[in-house]
Amino acid sequence: MSRIVVDARGSFCPGPLMELVKTIKDAEVGTEIEVLSSDESSAKDIPEWVKKAGHELVGVEKKGDYWSIVVKKLK
Amino acid sequence: MKNIVIIGGGVGGTLVSNYLSHKLKEEIREGKTKITLISDRDKQLYEPGLLYMIFNRMEEGELFKELTYLLDPMIDLKIERATKIVADENYVETEKGRYDYDYLVIATGSRIVPEEVPGLVEGGHWFYNVEGARRLRDELARFKGGKIVVSIMGIPHKCPVAPIEVTFMLHDFFKLHRLRDKVEILYTYPINRVFTLENVTEVVVEYFNERGIKYKTFFNPIEVDAKNKKIITLEGEEEPYDLLIAIPPHKGSQLIIDSGLGDRDGWVPTDRYTLKVEGYDNIYAVGDATNLPVSKAGSVAHFEAEVISENIAAQIKGLPPTARYFGKAMCFIEMGFDLGTYIWFDYETPPKLVKPNKFIHWSKIAYNRLYWLTARGVL
Ligand SMILES: Cc1cc2nc3c(=O)[nH]c(=O)nc-3n(C[C@H](O)[C@H](O)[C@H](O)COP(=O)(O)OP(=O)(O)OC[C@H]3O[C@@H](n4cnc5c(N)ncnc54)[C@H](O)[C@@H]3O)c2cc1C
Repeated sequence: MSRIVVDARGSFCPGPLMELVKTIKDAEVGTEIEVLSSDESSAKDIPEWVKKAGHELVGVEKKGDYWSIVVKKLK
Repeated sequence: MKNIVIIGGGVGGTLVSNYLSHKLKEEIREGKTKITLISDRDKQLYEPGLLYMIFNRMEEGELFKELTYLLDPMIDLKIERATKIVADENYVETEKGRYDYDYLVIATGSRIVPEEVPGLVEGGHWFYNVEGARRLRDELARFKGGKIVVSIMGIPHKCPVAPIEVTFMLHDFFKLHRLRDKVEILYTYPINRVFTLENVTEVVVEYFNERGIKYKTFFNPIEVDAKNKKIITLEGEEEPYDLLIAIPPHKGSQLIIDSGLGDRDGWVPTDRYTLKVEGYDNIYAVGDATNLPVSKAGSVAHFEAEVISENIAAQIKGLPPTARYFGKAMCFIEMGFDLGTYIWFDYETPPKLVKPNKFIHWSKIAYNRLYWLTARGVL
């Protein structure tokens, strides 16, 4: 399975979410997208969006001073 | 002889040029320094005026001024399109020639790319350029009822608050025309609130509610079905409209993309404090062209221009370049035809919103006339 890493560290809300939106638009169904964000609100906003948009939230993990949020494109 | 080349004759480019020529008067007179501004248009457009133009509150003629009128005569103005920046060899290519530089300032701004949302060009309107504003002005004058959707189709875009302003102004416009009860207004935004900054969001939502303006969030259009007048979103929604006012996606100048200096959307990676382009010691970026997490606003270009001109002038005079940009931004927010507020903020200070009042609205109206003094470096 392919995985795309979107490194949005250093960018503030809504940067990381908008980067995910742009990436998911062009990705193939089944692709996993890992967003790296240093903005705490991403850990809440991204899962909320993923739920609304009907994709799968694979995981949210704090790694030192940033968050890794993995999303799988379902449709 | 030190050559300073600036590309782009918008707010950022004219301000850097004018401030530099002021600071380096002696050096220019003595032939030790030369300032060249390369711009593909001979006039500057006052973009904030487009918001008023669509409601017939400013005329097109008021929105343009010749660059020769705005610029200090000591600046060498070239009306040419730059085609490539060869950053590793310190020169710029244009359609007409080549310009070597010791210092380069990228002030090429941002542009809308409505063609990137399928169906938007055929099915939508916008006020982010003059052609769009003309079309929308005529459409608004004709509109006698139905559903208007104001839809933000990408972030970042110029003037983050302009979509909120247009929404409030639509409310007042149709109220004045005694049509408000026949017009439904819906505002849509890509993230989970109506604006990026939380405290601005609270006030805007309160005023939206008072005025019966509806809104939807987490709304990311991917297509416009022009035939059936529907917006289709990435979240799987379909939203019908009678008149669509879009804030189209934005990109950096094609020049940045062609020169390999930008990110995926053509924004130039820029140091947030020194405003130097990452990886280069003699190239600066100003205004909308940068990838900085600050508003794409004329006021930002203005504050950044002060820092860049101070640092380039210092280096030419053999002084240390110590000026720093701290993210300062100022935005007026019109909340109707006679109500306004404003926000100030920077990297560390979140904005505080003043209670909307008439005085701030009239300050903005006055500034619309005074702007040309800013561009000339006077105000
Ligand atoms: C409707 C609307 C309302 C707005 N309201 C406000 C407001 O109230 N307050 C505020 O502060 N800001 C506002 N803005 C935003 C503001 O207009 C922009 O942020 C500002 O113009 C950015 O300045 P700039 O110099 O970076 O870029 P621009 O003004 O876009 O200038 C860039 C210039 O570079 C030229 N150029 C590009 N590529 C090349 C090339 N290859 N060769 C030569 N020249 C080139 C372009 O033609 C252009 O003249 C508004 C914008 C819009 C659209």
